[in-house]
Amino acid sequence: MYQLTNVTKKYDQGKRSVTALQDVTVSIPDGQMVAIQGPTGGGKSTLLQMLGALDRPSSGSVLLETEHLGSSNLSSLGDSQLGRIRATEIGFVFQGFNLIPTLTAQENVETALAPLGGTNAARRERSAAALEAVGLGDRLGHLPAELSGGQQQRVAIARALVKDPTVLLADEPTGNLDEETRDEIMDLLEGLWRAQGLTLIVVTHDSAVARRAQRRLHIKAGRLTELA
Amino acid sequence: MFYTYLRRELAGRRKQTAIVAIGMALAIALVIIVNSVSSGVQLAQASVLESVYGVGTDITVSQAPAAAATPGTGNGAPQRFDFGSADGAAADGTTTISRSRLTAERGTETFASTGLDSVRAVPNVSAAAATLLLSNSTFSGALPTRSQGATRPSTGQGAPSGQSAETPPTGGPDGAGGSSFSVDSFTVLGLNPADAAVGPLSAVTLTAGRSLASTDAGANVAVLDASYATTASLAVGGTVVIAGTDFSIVGLVSAATADSATAANVYIPLDVAQSLAALPGQVSNIYVQAASSTDINQVQADIRTALPAATVKTQADLASSVSGSLASASSLVSNLGLWLSLIVLAAAFLIAILFTISGVTRRTREFGTLKAIGWSNGRIVRQVGGESLVQGLIGGVVGIAVGLAGILVINIIAPTLTAGASTAVQAVGRGAGAAGGAGGAGGAGFGPGGGGFGAATQAATQSNIVLTAPVTVSVILIAVGLAVLGGLLAGVIGGWRASRLRPAEALRSIA
Ligand SMILES: Nc1ncnc2c1ncn2[C@@H]1O[C@H](COP(=O)(O)OP(=O)(O)OP(=O)(O)O)[C@@H](O)[C@H]1O
Ligand SMILES: [Mg+2]
Repeated sequence: MYQLTNVTKKYDQGKRSVTALQDVTVSIPDGQMVAIQGPTGGGKSTLLQMLGALDRPSSGSVLLETEHLGSSNLSSLGDSQLGRIRATEIGFVFQGFNLIPTLTAQENVETALAPLGGTNAARRERSAAALEAVGLGDRLGHLPAELSGGQQQRVAIARALVKDPTVLLADEPTGNLDEETRDEIMDLLEGLWRAQGLTLIVVTHDSAVARRAQRRLHIKAGRLTELA
Repeated sequence: MFYTYLRRELAGRRKQTAIVAIGMALAIALVIIVNSVSSGVQLAQASVLESVYGVGTDITVSQAPAAAATPGTGNGAPQRFDFGSADGAAADGTTTISRSRLTAERGTETFASTGLDSVRAVPNVSAAAATLLLSNSTFSGALPTRSQGATRPSTGQGAPSGQSAETPPTGGPDGAGGSSFSVDSFTVLGLNPADAAVGPLSAVTLTAGRSLASTDAGANVAVLDASYATTASLAVGGTVVIAGTDFSIVGLVSAATADSATAANVYIPLDVAQSLAALPGQVSNIYVQAASSTDINQVQADIRTALPAATVKTQADLASSVSGSLASASSLVSNLGLWLSLIVLAAAFLIAILFTISGVTRRTREFGTLKAIGWSNGRIVRQVGGESLVQGLIGGVVGIAVGLAGILVINIIAPTLTAGASTAVQAVGRGAGAAGGAGGAGGAGFGPGGGGFGAATQAATQSNIVLTAPVTVSVILIAVGLAVLGGLLAGVIGGWRASRLRPAEALRSIA
């Protein structure tokens, strides 16, 4: 579970300082599906970076408590420890899919297992299973350019989930997809969330996506509010 | 994962891989070729020097001629041949005259042979030998014997019919009153047969007969340069005349490397040379071998102190005395070749670095994503470094192949370089044969027809050396080393850039 207390994030751009998050305090229990909404520039991605151990807040604390790591304060850990937590606990899905263009679908999924060690054979087996789970069992050897947008996002979801993370963070996962594909991807994410007991946090503009969540948060000008 | 990713990147970004590898390949091929040609040129220089100065000669000692040479000492003075009225043998209306002079070779100053003892007293001198380089010039010719009738003015005694005074001249080599002269010269090197371990004869190959032995001291025996013997039609068992003295030819020698001449035309015992040239106790060169190559500078300095008037040169100094197209090749290789390969190498490194940096910049989101999913900086640096290293190695392999092909082409073409060693030892070619004597119808009374002097051609020792470009393991290792260095340099810089990327870059909206 997450416990954020008075999280403030400021970006210094020369003389100007932008406050992307302002005194955000929120608690997210394990297994919850949360949607984060808000206007552009409101601070959604910044909040996701705090949750995903990609960056540290300027002030305040971000506690992440998981089964096998215990409690970690993401605001005070070093880069390599944050990297370690990302490798084991957190899965990411991005709006632009962010697949590596020269690697096949299966190899892209394997990149998530590389920091965890293990044999090549084990990695190959797990990545094939993950792709099977997102319905791409017959596309293991395809390059991203040979897949449709929806299929690429499925590969990205397989990459995020292949390591069995505690948390899955998605930033506009359907932002680049048409409505039909959006629903397919959301069905898939929701199904996996239910099946694996993940904490799923989705940043979205799309109220159709947000409506699926148990809980909806809103960020505007760095200030977080809970929507009923 | 490392190898899969590496392979996929190199194969998937062929253009970048090709450009970096080609740049590296060109540079490495150039380095290999320049390196190989330059060692070929060095070998050629060494072989030219060896044929002139002998193997194992580390230092030579000579004495520069005094600035204002006194006339008649033989140095720089015009050669004079004086003939008395009784000289020459007359027969058949033709007088033949011949005179030989044995003098110190032009440009050489002789000095007391006690210098050899001083040199031997210098620490770390393992061997030393003294030589006396001389030039034997023979002026020979034939002219018509002067007769009373021919010299008398035609108007002196009445010749009514006007026919007697117009009697055409006879005699002379052409039988028509003409004359013919030639100057023939060759170099003579006096050396102590007992000191043959170092010096000009240490590097030669005996092609006929025997070499000079210690027991030859004081004897009129000579060893000839084989190519000189051929030109002069001399052979072992024959006789060569030096300063009017007959020497029996006991052996022929040629330079160990084909096609180059030895230091002199004729080799005789030192004591004989000294007495014939009237230079008792004088020598012109001392050849010195140091105990080890690290002692050369110390030995040179000590000899300079012991013999302040002497010119003391090391092999390195002597290499600069090699002239001809070999010298041009040498300076071309060491100047242009070196700079060109350095510039191309720097350009190739720069290309590799710039392409790696631009590749990292282009892949910002890719590396950001990998960091976001937990890749450590080390893993990413390794990946970028590995890519650059392999690109460099591909360039290295291609470069070695291209370089070896270039060397092969050079060795097939086998360019011939000419080289002259033009310092103290300057062999004088045999004078060209007699010309002239064409003066057919002489003037009235004073009868000598036109006379011609054979021009004595003076040619410095000329060697033709075929340039071979050797391939050594060290050249290949240098090439591989450079490829690795270039790849690593680009990889380290690119990897450092990649490691500084923030993982949050992954979340940036698509550019
Ligand atoms: N690296 C950065 N440097 C400086 N300012 C930044 C940086 N990242 C974000 N910001 C600023 O912080 C604020 C919040 O940005 P953020 O990306 O979190 O917004 P967002 O809600 O995700 O917007 P969008 O819906 O457009 O993705 C913006 O004003 C943005 O300009
Ligand atoms: Mg955003």
